[in-house]
Amino acid sequence: MSTPIDVSLGQVAASLVLVAIAIAASRWRDAGLEEDIAVAVARSFVQLTAIGYVIDVIFRQDDAALVIGLLAVMVVFGAFTARRRADRVPDALWPLLAALSLAAATTLGLVLALGIFEPEPRYVVPVGGMVIGNAMTAAAVALNRLGEDVSDGSREIEASLALGATSTQAMNPLVRRSLRSGMITLVDSTKTTGLIFFPGTMVGMLLAGADPVDAVRLQLILLYALLGSVAIAALTATTLARRNFFTPAHQLREPPAP
Amino acid sequence: MASLPDLTPPTRHLRCKDRGGAPSGRVVGPAPPGSPALATIGRVLFELDQVFYSRAGLEVLRGLSARLPSGASCLFGPSGSGKSTTLRLLNRLIDPDRGRVLYEGSPVEQRDVLELRREVCLVPQLPALIGGSVADNVAYGPRLSGHSFDSRAPLELAGLDASFAERPADRLSVGEQQRVMLARALALQPRVLLLDEPTAALDAAATAAVERTLADLRERTAISIVLVTHSEEQARRLADWVVRIDRGRTVAEGPAEQTIALEIAPEPSPQPAAEGERGRAR
Repeated sequence: MSTPIDVSLGQVAASLVLVAIAIAASRWRDAGLEEDIAVAVARSFVQLTAIGYVIDVIFRQDDAALVIGLLAVMVVFGAFTARRRADRVPDALWPLLAALSLAAATTLGLVLALGIFEPEPRYVVPVGGMVIGNAMTAAAVALNRLGEDVSDGSREIEASLALGATSTQAMNPLVRRSLRSGMITLVDSTKTTGLIFFPGTMVGMLLAGADPVDAVRLQLILLYALLGSVAIAALTATTLARRNFFTPAHQLREPPAP
Repeated sequence: MASLPDLTPPTRHLRCKDRGGAPSGRVVGPAPPGSPALATIGRVLFELDQVFYSRAGLEVLRGLSARLPSGASCLFGPSGSGKSTTLRLLNRLIDPDRGRVLYEGSPVEQRDVLELRREVCLVPQLPALIGGSVADNVAYGPRLSGHSFDSRAPLELAGLDASFAERPADRLSVGEQQRVMLARALALQPRVLLLDEPTAALDAAATAAVERTLADLRERTAISIVLVTHSEEQARRLADWVVRIDRGRTVAEGPAEQTIALEIAPEPSPQPAAEGERGRAR
């Protein structure tokens, strides 16, 4: 497929100057992120290049099984990645797998059923990737917050349990806050989109020479789809994960120190 | 319903130190029938039998056995001895690794755990109120089970007048917050209150006020109290029956004055003594 812009590897290499600035900033202020930045740059190059070839094959094959397989791999990788941020949540992997699967299936199912996109790999793969990526971030942030809140608030939780609250009742305020944490970033960025920043899809389309109105409409569709998917992911992850802090007898698995 | 059997003197780890009126020459001897101590001691509410509990790889309770009668009883001992852990076993906030906990003669795990906790309410050491008003907090417990509630009676029992009801809970002093915690538990109309060092975070004046409230509560209601404290004086003031705990085991139990007055000899070895040999008035 021909595009109005042709990006050479030299241009990609030139953009590494900006990475050097990031590393310099980290070193100057002792942020300790130099190694992480280097790993992130290397991984992004390898991963995106690899996925570019994979997508190319999938687009050519036009096989639904391949598309679903690729999305399933994204869900599994996303769940493992999110689990690292949710390290204070016991057995977080299964809630995350369920959250990302449900978010992807529901969001993609709806946009296809409503005729927003054609059921073709060239739409389903990139939209699915965005949905799963944003769902992963939302679920990870929500569970990270939940784990921290349970750890810091175990006395309050136990005080509720001591009055006969179920584990669900005792966790309701914490789940509310976690859900909010998981969703607030996207909600805020959706509020300011077009004013403070241009979202990625729109920028990509504009750079590729698309009509600005089309670029904006497509971006709006994706933003609204992402809002739904992050809500599903954060809600599913927190609802399933909150049980893991408790025994069946509504006891904290790690009660506060007396 | 089980009743306390006659109290036989502890024999091994206990030596009597004649202070506070403990009977001279006896080691936690049984109180004579009809004595004020026995008169206030009713049936056995809780019985712990050879309870073991570990936390983070550390053994907190090491074969603890004890009985707690109705009325006002106290788990007394130094910090870190396992008192608060023992208290939380009584309404199943935790379960023992081994051993049995009985409430009114039945294992606690045979009861519906939520009903048990509404009947046997625990008030934690530090206030942990929810956001909102004092009335919201007092109504919290009843609302959990779908009941509405008038907060005035429990507030009054906890020593707070009705004007407190609409005040924001987070603007109260720690002493007032602790009373709201008490009112929150009282709103469930419990049969037993488990109080975990209820005055630990309070100054002398607030401590005296909370103690007055608890004494008043005993006079006005039939609620039994199990108090955790490391203060000898508080145990004397508030409890009829004392279980002394040290390093995860009961070292003495009996009527408050006599049990507190005992001087406990150091353990001869780190191994738990045989149950039949351990100093326990049973």
